[in-house]
Amino acid sequence: MDHFLQNLINALQWGSFYAVISIGYSMVYGVLMLFNFAHGDIFMVGTYIGLGIATMLLALFSAVLPGWFIFILTVVITMFLAAFVGAFIELVGYRPLRGAPRASAAITGLMIGIIFETGNLIILGAQRFSFPELIKSVSYNVGGVYFTNVKVLIIVVSLILMLALHTFIQKSKWGMAMRAMSYNFLAVPLMGVSINIIAPLTFAIGAGLASVAGILYGQAYPVLDPYMGVLLGWKAFVAAILGGRGSIMGAALAGYMLGFIEIFIAMAFPSTFRDLIAYSIILIILTFRPRGFFGMAHSTQLRL
Amino acid sequence: MAPLLKVKNMTHFFGGLRAVDNFNLEIEAGQIYGLIGPNGAGKTTTFNLITGVHTPTEGTIELEGEDIKGLEVHRIADKGLGRTFQNLALWRHMNVLDHIRMAHYSRLDYSLFGAFLGSPKCHKREREVIENSRRLLDLFDVGRFADQLVGNLPYGAQRRVEMARAMATNPKILFLDEPTAGMTPDELNRMIEIIRQVHRDFGVAIFLIEHRMKFVMELCESVQTLVFGEVIAEGPPAEIQNNPKVIEAYLGKEDIH
Repeated sequence: MDHFLQNLINALQWGSFYAVISIGYSMVYGVLMLFNFAHGDIFMVGTYIGLGIATMLLALFSAVLPGWFIFILTVVITMFLAAFVGAFIELVGYRPLRGAPRASAAITGLMIGIIFETGNLIILGAQRFSFPELIKSVSYNVGGVYFTNVKVLIIVVSLILMLALHTFIQKSKWGMAMRAMSYNFLAVPLMGVSINIIAPLTFAIGAGLASVAGILYGQAYPVLDPYMGVLLGWKAFVAAILGGRGSIMGAALAGYMLGFIEIFIAMAFPSTFRDLIAYSIILIILTFRPRGFFGMAHSTQLRL
Repeated sequence: MAPLLKVKNMTHFFGGLRAVDNFNLEIEAGQIYGLIGPNGAGKTTTFNLITGVHTPTEGTIELEGEDIKGLEVHRIADKGLGRTFQNLALWRHMNVLDHIRMAHYSRLDYSLFGAFLGSPKCHKREREVIENSRRLLDLFDVGRFADQLVGNLPYGAQRRVEMARAMATNPKILFLDEPTAGMTPDELNRMIEIIRQVHRDFGVAIFLIEHRMKFVMELCESVQTLVFGEVIAEGPPAEIQNNPKVIEAYLGKEDIH
């Protein structure tokens, strides 16, 4: 039982990473009907931006400000900067390809990803960086279950982010426009909504979320490398498909489900078998539910 | 005074296909104007050209004397052009009230920061918009559906929601693409009433595409007939109805009822 609870916390932690990243895939799909395959690498870039900001803030203020405050400051500043990166990618990478076939846009994403990875190598070199410990890791033992404050932080911050996003999507006019676009695109501009506002905003939000996931990831697994976003990005993409394309709620739930499947498979089988078995299970689920959990039949009408 | 909407010598090619040929149109403020023609005549294309979905190859389009040709759809919409679609462009998984709120987009002038921090201005605007939305829904007799998903509404009610949404953008001219498509005779009569009411209460000009002669006869002051992208007749409905060219091209050769 203790073992189970301990793994439950691990599953929630990994699920949080997958969920927060996969939302970025799903939101962009909802609005533009394309998957931004650079998203995993946006996560990587966000993490490095977080690393830079955290290092800088620590150098300047570690004497006067407590760690948790620097952490919050890092999150806010990084989110903001990463959001600009996301909007910029939309502007230079995707906007010129709006009318192009979907496959071209998909390849654009892959290329932007490679540019980011190699760009990182060129600028920062091959050495590995370590994310500074902003929150001092403390282990707790509650009734035989061991967990750290960092794990709890990851889970809590992720949930707060997703709740904030949910409110934004449901209540704000931009959120409404994003939802409307995922159902029927034609009528949205007639409401006075400019796609050139909504599309970059969607990329910005996705990138902002991914960057926070990156900071949290850096707190749990501090060693960073330029390819850290590849596998995590693909897994989050799997979650976005599993949740149902364009469904934010679906992406989040599927992200957590992925976390659970992986961790509990690793409990029963050797860890080298983990991904093999976990993703075979997901393949089977998709065979029976090809649209994912919350996927809807998207209209095939022209997208602008 | 310049007409509300003026289209001059509008021609459009899709590749080598001449979809619309030398189309001319003048609609005065408050006028109801009809566009008829058989399937594939280019009626919806004409709508798409004027509303900015496509930019016409040649010609000019002016709204209140201002050139709107080549502007993006959302800019033209903001200048006072509203539209409904032949096959209902609704957001099936959104509730009815949100449809009308969405149509207030341009008037919800709070900032992104204001929205995040819940500024008083943001709350005030949202409240105003919800009030106005409910009023509009009642006007179109769909107020009782406000919290339901649009996809679950009866067909006639969905059409009325779409019309309410178009009116919520506060247009000067409303484009209706076959507003009675798929409607029963009862619903048809109701739609005529609603369009009359919209026309009367909002004083908006209406440009509509229709297939049903009865509808056009009852509502329109003037009608154009489009066949293969070419206007073959123009005038008051009674004249159009008896124009031999129209009868031949569009209504067939039997008697008209």
